[in-house]
Amino acid sequence: MGAIMADAWIDIGAADDIPRLRAKKFRLGDETVAVFRTSADEYFALLDRCPHKGGPLSEGIVAGRTVACPLHGWVIALDSGEAVAPDEGCAPTLPLRLVEGRLHLRWP
Amino acid sequence: MNLVVVGNGMAGMRAVEELVALAPGRYRITVFGAEPYTNYNRIALSSVLAGDKSLDDIVINTRAWYEDNGIELITGDAVTKLDPTAKTVTAASGRTISYDKLLLAVGSKPIAPPIPGLHLPGVRAFRDVADVEAMIDAAGHEQRAVVIGGGLLGLEAAWGLKRRGMSVAVVHLMPTLMERQVDAPAGQLLQRDLDSRGIAFFTNGQTEEIYGADRVEGVRLADGRDVPADFVVLAIGIRPNIDLAKQAGLDINRGVVVGDDMRTSDPSIYAVGECIEHNGQTFGLVAPLWEQAKICAARLAGDEAAAYVPQPVFTSLKITGIDVFSVGALTAADTDDDEITLHDAKRGKYKKLVMRGDRVIGAVLYGDVADGTWYVQLMRQGKDVGDIRDRLIFGRTFAEQALGRNEPEMDVAAMPDGEQVCGCNGVTKGKICNTIAAKGLTTLDDVRAHTKASASCGQCTPIVRAILAQAVGGAQSAEKPPAMCGCTALGHDAVRAAIVARGLKTQADARRALGWTNPDGCQKCRPALNYYLLCAWPGEYRDDARSRFVNERVHANIQKDGTYSVVPRMWGGITTPDELRAIADTADKHGIPTVKVTGGQRIDMLGARKDQLPAIWADLNKAGLVSGHAYGKALRTVKTCVGSEWCRFGTQDSTGLGIKIEKMCWGCYTPHKVKLAVSGCPRNCAEATIKDLGVVCVEAGYDIMVGGNGGVTVRVTDKLVRVATEAEVLEYVGAFLQLYREEAHYLERTAPWVERRGLDYLKRLLVDDAENRRRLYERFLYSQQFWQNDPWAERAAGTDAHEYAALETVG
Ligand code: SRM
Ligand SMILES: Cc1cc2nc3c(=O)[nH]c(=O)nc-3n(C[C@H](O)[C@H](O)[C@H](O)COP(=O)(O)OP(=O)(O)OC[C@H]3O[C@@H](n4cnc5c(N)ncnc54)[C@H](O)[C@@H]3O)c2cc1C
Ligand code: SF4
Ligand code: FES
Repeated sequence: MGAIMADAWIDIGAADDIPRLRAKKFRLGDETVAVFRTSADEYFALLDRCPHKGGPLSEGIVAGRTVACPLHGWVIALDSGEAVAPDEGCAPTLPLRLVEGRLHLRWP
Repeated sequence: MNLVVVGNGMAGMRAVEELVALAPGRYRITVFGAEPYTNYNRIALSSVLAGDKSLDDIVINTRAWYEDNGIELITGDAVTKLDPTAKTVTAASGRTISYDKLLLAVGSKPIAPPIPGLHLPGVRAFRDVADVEAMIDAAGHEQRAVVIGGGLLGLEAAWGLKRRGMSVAVVHLMPTLMERQVDAPAGQLLQRDLDSRGIAFFTNGQTEEIYGADRVEGVRLADGRDVPADFVVLAIGIRPNIDLAKQAGLDINRGVVVGDDMRTSDPSIYAVGECIEHNGQTFGLVAPLWEQAKICAARLAGDEAAAYVPQPVFTSLKITGIDVFSVGALTAADTDDDEITLHDAKRGKYKKLVMRGDRVIGAVLYGDVADGTWYVQLMRQGKDVGDIRDRLIFGRTFAEQALGRNEPEMDVAAMPDGEQVCGCNGVTKGKICNTIAAKGLTTLDDVRAHTKASASCGQCTPIVRAILAQAVGGAQSAEKPPAMCGCTALGHDAVRAAIVARGLKTQADARRALGWTNPDGCQKCRPALNYYLLCAWPGEYRDDARSRFVNERVHANIQKDGTYSVVPRMWGGITTPDELRAIADTADKHGIPTVKVTGGQRIDMLGARKDQLPAIWADLNKAGLVSGHAYGKALRTVKTCVGSEWCRFGTQDSTGLGIKIEKMCWGCYTPHKVKLAVSGCPRNCAEATIKDLGVVCVEAGYDIMVGGNGGVTVRVTDKLVRVATEAEVLEYVGAFLQLYREEAHYLERTAPWVERRGLDYLKRLLVDDAENRRRLYERFLYSQQFWQNDPWAERAAGTDAHEYAALETVG
């Protein structure tokens, strides 16, 4: 992980590369990060690990600001990473910004 | 006057509810609760644990309700001292309040046996929200749970933890389960059924020690058996909570002693619920508590005549798909009593009635509990059943036919108004009817909310539904079909009908035209809408991959570690050395860790990375292998047996016919997965009678069997028709699948669909109406021309390349 500078923004590519209502995943250090795009063209970055049993959130169905985990159907809020009740747990979110059509990601 | 209530639980708050309805404003009421919540339905903790309900769903009264009724609620503050001379209570926080009348409703405590290790981290009881939260938390990161106690509570705990993914063992002191509620034969059936659901049992198991260094590691039994555990739930019973009463010098025995007036030995102090003892009896189920609450409220409201008379209570177990019911005596006590039993172990059904003379004094039902409430009625009425005694065990419908009363299954019209319908909540038929009329209720949920009938254990739901239907308009059901999801109030049928009638051709159009509340829809309705549209508009609607579950989007099955499995089609279970070589070579080339023969007569390659899939498919395609749709709500397999070509019993070419059927049907999308089979004779080696559609060959032709399922709830097929030729088989197969495609709800397999519509309905549309059958078949074939493209070949050639791109490393 030595190459990652704690507070530097990392350019991860053009925002348009991610289809609406889908996610793209990236390898960042030892982690896989899922970057989601909603139908309203909002972007969110979460660690690609469901708080339930680690399912790949990037493969889930995106609706509104949520994604449903493909393994057992937990619904995770994209903005906070929190599981929607009755489930409890949180997928860590990462700071993400959109600069001139490109996405920049940073370790929290 | 000040009324102080100690205990914010089910019995105490029911008494308060009754009291404010009976004599509003008579008391200034203060309620102390040790738990930090408003009162909730403790019974439903089992459903919360099993994941069927959320904590929000089980709240009984909100804080606003307490406020609206002028009740001061102090939560998270247990009363620690009761001084009957000064007439004060003092809570843990130091707060002291004086009372004129006091109501003790402090419930019970889990029994803790005198064994070492009870205080190790990872050992819990099953009593309150905090326990359930700890159990859910444990299920999230621990593997093995042991439940000590095989009674109602223990089994519900075991099932909930199992549902949450833990491996679960139950240690039970007695030889059979739930021995206090059911007799040995029912207990054995219960154990068999739970065993088949993957719960392990250690009966005759006396727990000697719970051991572990820093936290629990296992349970040791007296006979030396050792059950490893990461988490232990103790559910061996409860005992009344008498701490406060004892300290205050009230009469106590096992529980706080009360009279018929619900008063303790101190006339200003009342008590209700599991903390009490009445006539030597203590309580562990809610039904009697409601009666106690009612009497207590009446007394507090000034009715000097109200007196508590215990009623027989019945038990049922809240585990989906397991039906147990018992009431009154479990076995004949002496020579005056006899037992009538019906035991069909193979079908998992057991019924026993305990009779004294010609009156029912007890019933134990397993597997088929529909008549439970009827037996309770007969018991409560003390009815002489001599005239129907020989038919009694076969249930109400059959028994009453003997009396010339040939009624529909549930004759709620004839039920007297005073008859109790919901035993848990003590709600009569009259109360339900009056509330429906007064409040203009139309749905079951409304009736539940306003009367509480069927809101607790749910056993009486069919009766409540029937009463509602009758009240709102004859035979026609008043129940609105359940909504597809939270985005719409419309049910599946209404949505399907509107799509066709209004010519809605895209998801966005459908959501807009039908008033969806979320513009994107949600993970429940999107896949359903996508399917309904592609079924309604073959060739026109463009499939929306983003509305498909990952497996269908990427055409492979996701596995627990995020890798995928690849299952190529093997037509009718037939393969060749070349195909096998291609599979072997592909597995070697791409480093596939596991190759497995599936239960569907073909081969699964497990553990491929997503980015490897297109290359794997390309290699398989070269040998002529195409997608098996093992991931799809689609045609899966057509299993066959060897049939007349080889088998000495084969009557027809079952293998050849299976291949023809699979070639005709592959690629079609359906509401849920579809599995077919063809067996060459009634020995049925292809298991055709538990398939969605199965063909059983006979000398005279082909029996077409429909609506079978070998999954969670096994269902044997019904025979639709016998035909003489293969061509007719193909027409029936196409027509049946098309009818299912056009009519079933998304995620409804053929078995529940056939049950919902009835076999007669299918026969009318498919067998009697040849013209309709032909048109269905034609629509099926028309739709097929758009779907018989191998999705793997398309993707190997570059479709959706972004899905399969290798992971990019950033930073
Ligand atoms: C691979 C296989 C097990 C095996 O190793 O043999 C299998 C594997 C899975 N089955 Fe199955 N089932 C397999 C044959 C069966 C059979 C036997 C059969 O088809 O004759 C049944 C009972 C028959 C039936 O469906 O009526 C069966 C009943 C189920 C069920 C319960 C369905 C039900 O209606 O109750 C599910 C759950 C579901 O679909 O919702 C399920 C779901 C699954 C899933 C898809 C679970 C999941 O969602 O991930 C598994 C996917 C594993 C994978 O990625 O490969 N599987 N599954 C079998 C694949 C057959 C094939 O060649 O396509
Ligand atoms: C998981 C589970 C499933 C069940 N399933 C069924 C079922 O299917 N059918 C059925 O009939 N019954 C069932 N029961 C039993 C039923 O829930 C009880 O019979 C009922 O809750 C008892 O009501 P109660 O008011 O006497 O006690 P409780 O509901 O336990 O209420 C007592 C309350 O008093 C509070 N308290 C205790 N001491 C103090 C104090 N000193 N100061 C302030 N507050 C105090 C407690 O925190 C508690 O909230 C089930 C129970 C559980 C735990
Ligand atoms: S393959 Fe089928 S039976 Fe086996 S674990 Fe998966 S779903 Fe269960
Ligand atoms: S891993 Fe996500 S829901 Fe189970």
